[in-house]
Amino acid sequence: MTLFGLKVIANVFRFPFELDQIWSQMGEVGARSLPLVAASGLALGVVMTLHTRSTLVTFGASSMIPELQSLSFFVEIGPLVAALLVSGRVGASIGAVLANMRATEQIDAIEALSIDSFKFLVVPRVVACVLVMPLLTTFMDFCGLLGGFVSEYAMSHLSLQLYVTRAFTGVEWSNFIPPTLKTAVFGFIIGTVSSFFGYSTNEGAEGIGRAATSSVVVSSLLIILADVILVKIIFLVFPESAI
Amino acid sequence: MNETQDTAIALDHVSKSFGKKQVLRDVSFSVARGEAICVLGRSGTGKSVTLKLMIALLKPDAGRISIDEDDITQLERKELSRVRRKMGFLFQSAALFDSLTLHDNLALPLRRLTDKSKQEIEVIIDHVLGQVGLADDKGKMPVELSGGMQKRAGLARALVFEPQILLIDEPSSGLDRITASEIDDLLLEQKTKHHTTMVIVTHDVHCARRVGDRFAVLDQGRLAALGTPQELEHHENETVRMLVGES
Ligand SMILES: Nc1ncnc2c1ncn2[C@@H]1O[C@H](COP(=O)(O)OP(=O)(O)O)[C@@H](O)[C@H]1O
Ligand SMILES: [Mg+2]
Repeated sequence: MTLFGLKVIANVFRFPFELDQIWSQMGEVGARSLPLVAASGLALGVVMTLHTRSTLVTFGASSMIPELQSLSFFVEIGPLVAALLVSGRVGASIGAVLANMRATEQIDAIEALSIDSFKFLVVPRVVACVLVMPLLTTFMDFCGLLGGFVSEYAMSHLSLQLYVTRAFTGVEWSNFIPPTLKTAVFGFIIGTVSSFFGYSTNEGAEGIGRAATSSVVVSSLLIILADVILVKIIFLVFPESAI
Repeated sequence: MNETQDTAIALDHVSKSFGKKQVLRDVSFSVARGEAICVLGRSGTGKSVTLKLMIALLKPDAGRISIDEDDITQLERKELSRVRRKMGFLFQSAALFDSLTLHDNLALPLRRLTDKSKQEIEVIIDHVLGQVGLADDKGKMPVELSGGMQKRAGLARALVFEPQILLIDEPSSGLDRITASEIDDLLLEQKTKHHTTMVIVTHDVHCARRVGDRFAVLDQGRLAALGTPQELEHHENETVRMLVGES
């Protein structure tokens, strides 16, 4: 699988660049994940605020709720949850689609037409995941804030303006940019792992379900592992981002 | 005449196994330029595997496979692409791209591998689809086509580059007699008009006799017989006689 990942990287910058394919895969990844990410972001936003509220109110610190909400979403909840959702939705579908193409000889057919199937099928999917992940994460963050605001408004009728001001007072760019960009790595994991299982399967029709399942399980695990490492690295490089 | 110049495809002591299962054992034969060879044999004897070896979708465990002057078992990916460009392949399963319309199935290779204009591509697509009788089905998705139509669509896709070599896996399985004989006509036309070298895997002796110059009979992974239909009718191997004889 490591070799497979290296091969992806080696092939990204080789002509032809497959821009059409990348563009259409970005559309696929985005369209498949957007509703899921939006709904989860809103729901998590509401729930998070319910939790922080019950704690902070006892300390008389309810004005901190928006800030806590934005920090927790920007720094960890947004990136990690978005990545896990995408790995479930997109990872499974990439695994199944490629495994199906393998089982029905469509990948062989591409090769027989003297098209490089790896460059044509795998590389654009990985690149699309890398590019779309940070966008989806940002979207998740804002859905989380929106959910938080709705929940807070229901409780205390806090105005949107005040909510936004409070949400962003204690937040630095370094709380937002590095954690969001780290999701590009998650995207790489999702694209590479699921393409690997789909593209390399050799078990015919039964392999399709297995490829989908393995894609999700392995990419979710690797995402969480990578998160640990990336958080460490971000703290090293941007000490001020530690909350 | 020089023999190598006249040989389009040559298998030289080719063996192939999958895991413990040996599929092809020491198979050697060659196909001359412009010749049509029909490969006959019972199901599961390795006919499809033989075709896939010829376009390097599979690698043999032993032996050499040459297309014109190139030993394709040794080629780098770029060189291999060059060789494959002269070949057309019809898969037994047709293997159409199921996310693309019939039109786009044919347009994809043309758009990617040639610098032909949009209009030129449309002309080619209309032409080959007309040849296989699917001119009215351009906009359909593969799932909307019957098995026989998928087969013909696969054949159309194999023809878009006007290949010098056609490798065809069971062109008429799942087709009615009339359509099957139309496909035979098309193959025959490829041979006489374009002098296309062909290897055709088929169970249809009728088709084999019309189109094939020689028959290669595979039995349990070995080349059991090779020769003209007349020569093979009195072959000592009973399987060969049964496969070749007109039922
Ligand atoms: N990719 C593969 N992996 C494992 N076994 C295979 C593969 N392709 C073919 N086989 C096996 O090789 C044998 C010959 O297959 P094939 O060439 O498709 O037969 P046929 O003569 O009917 O076309 C079969 O037993 C098949 O199971
Ligand atoms: Mg077969």
